[in-house]
Amino acid sequence: MNPESTEDVASGAEQVPDTFSGPRRLPRSPLYLAMRRFRRNGLAMAGLAILAVMVLGSLAGLVWNARAAAHDEPQPYRDQLPGEHPQPPSPGHLFGTDTLGRDMLHRTLIGGCVSLGVGLSAAVVSVFIGTMWGMTAGYIGRGTDTVMMRIVDVLYGLPYMLVVILLLVLIEEQFAWLRVVVLFLAIGSVSWLTMARVVRGQVLALREAEFIQAARAVGSGTVRTILKELLPNLTGTILVCATLTVPLAILQESFLSFLGLGVTPPLASWGTLASDAVEALNPVEAYWWLLVFPCACLGATLLGLNFVGDGLRDAFDPRSR
Amino acid sequence: MVHYILRRLLYFIPTLIVIYTVAFLLMRAAPGSPFIQEKGVPEEVLKARQEKYYVDRPVYQYARFAWDLVTLRGMPSIRYENRNVIRDILAPAFPVSLSLGLAALGLAVVVGTSAGVASAARPRTLIDYAAMTGAMIGISQPSFVIATVLMGLFSFTLRWLPVGGWGSPEQVILPAMALGALPAAYIARLVRTGMLEVLSADYIRTARAKGLAERRVLLDHALRNAWLPVLGYLGPAAAGIFTGSFVIEKIFAIPGVGQHFVDSALHRDHPLILATVLLYAVLLVAFNLAVDVGYAFLDPRIRYE
Repeated sequence: MNPESTEDVASGAEQVPDTFSGPRRLPRSPLYLAMRRFRRNGLAMAGLAILAVMVLGSLAGLVWNARAAAHDEPQPYRDQLPGEHPQPPSPGHLFGTDTLGRDMLHRTLIGGCVSLGVGLSAAVVSVFIGTMWGMTAGYIGRGTDTVMMRIVDVLYGLPYMLVVILLLVLIEEQFAWLRVVVLFLAIGSVSWLTMARVVRGQVLALREAEFIQAARAVGSGTVRTILKELLPNLTGTILVCATLTVPLAILQESFLSFLGLGVTPPLASWGTLASDAVEALNPVEAYWWLLVFPCACLGATLLGLNFVGDGLRDAFDPRSR
Repeated sequence: MVHYILRRLLYFIPTLIVIYTVAFLLMRAAPGSPFIQEKGVPEEVLKARQEKYYVDRPVYQYARFAWDLVTLRGMPSIRYENRNVIRDILAPAFPVSLSLGLAALGLAVVVGTSAGVASAARPRTLIDYAAMTGAMIGISQPSFVIATVLMGLFSFTLRWLPVGGWGSPEQVILPAMALGALPAAYIARLVRTGMLEVLSADYIRTARAKGLAERRVLLDHALRNAWLPVLGYLGPAAAGIFTGSFVIEKIFAIPGVGQHFVDSALHRDHPLILATVLLYAVLLVAFNLAVDVGYAFLDPRIRYE
């Protein structure tokens, strides 16, 4: 063999344009690609912006009222103003005042904390319990699957109102904050069922995939396979389902509020505000601002969540466009 | 198919027993007694009433109420004394709720499907944007707000429709609209997504190449496949309508089953709680079974053995 020719080949190889030249990049993960698709979706980003405004606004209202409480000043969401009420929106009270003379802007912001909190806790519960439940049932299969999914069926078959009401009455009236916690848990406890079903369906499809068999072949245990192999492949499904759980939970809270089972006054949620407004509404005198502002916030939040949910689905499943 | 339906019904029996048991345990575990509002009642009277409803004998109460419900004989309600939960309370109210629910569901299916097809046929036009904006409003507002706005518009301002009550066909329109708004919005979005996906399929191009009218391509060929996801959504939608109806029934003063779902739990009316829970479960399962049978009709690829 001629050593020169070897060198020739080697130098020739160097002359081939190197497609990997320039700063070396790590291979892009599916998650990264999905997030990039998400960022390029205008509607989804708008939804995210709406949600950010709602969350920041509600937190600002919470901080304001907490500060006022700490300084022994009147808390605008709770303490009544002197004079005739309700007043329509004015520069002093941007959202007007309610029938008892409380500032509607502050009540709407505090209501946002409760409503968003209900949504968030439902999402957290459904992500943790629903995902674990669905993955375990789907992956182990057989008898475990049957029993676990029958439990889901049973909980589906119970009217959620009954569950929520019976959980809520466990709490005495005087612990207002405890009631809020129970409300969060009660709504969360019925919101993970859909997640469990969706995740299980997805796991059943993935379970027989080659990469799962490969993981098992090299000796990966059940827990490790579920957490390291299955879970990353379920991210999209879980994110989308969780985003779509939040609006449902917020709406459920508003139904409970309408029935007088939500948070107790002076605390408020968008649901209680809307339901109070509906009750105060009469054909003679329209106190429109009582209804419009909480409902606008509620509507904007639910729209934002739906946009983000759709955007996530498109980002993780480009076929669905 | 018959075999499949029978097997599903057989599976349902243990589920129903468990649902009944869980509801019973929840009901017994909740604090407060059904007789808490009866103040100043002599001890003996209270004891007699407890005995009448077997409140002091939980195991017997569990079995006895189950038997009375399964045989459809019913038992007296605690809150409405001398009224049988099946014969006097649920039987008269159920047809009202059922017709309202079916009207709402029918409205949701018709409106949602038409809106979805219309917007998918002309994507990114005024029709599409108008339909999807409407769907967004339906998704983003609680039904009691929609009901109030509808009532304000059609009953108070335009004076076209009655404010509430039950009995005449006009009185169904507003509550059905309010109740059907959310499912209609979901269905419109599902149909639009499904149609857009299906319309790029090869068999649609074939149908167009054969020279079929666009109307037939859309309604006969595309919609049949695009409608499958809607069928899957109908189960949860029906559950939402059944439980959502009490809000609407309250607003429009409709004597349906909805109020009993809430009131029975609030007043710990043991017989009525168990009766409503079983009614709900049976309805839900019957509906889901109907949906699964519907799948087989709509999609010949689905076979149940």
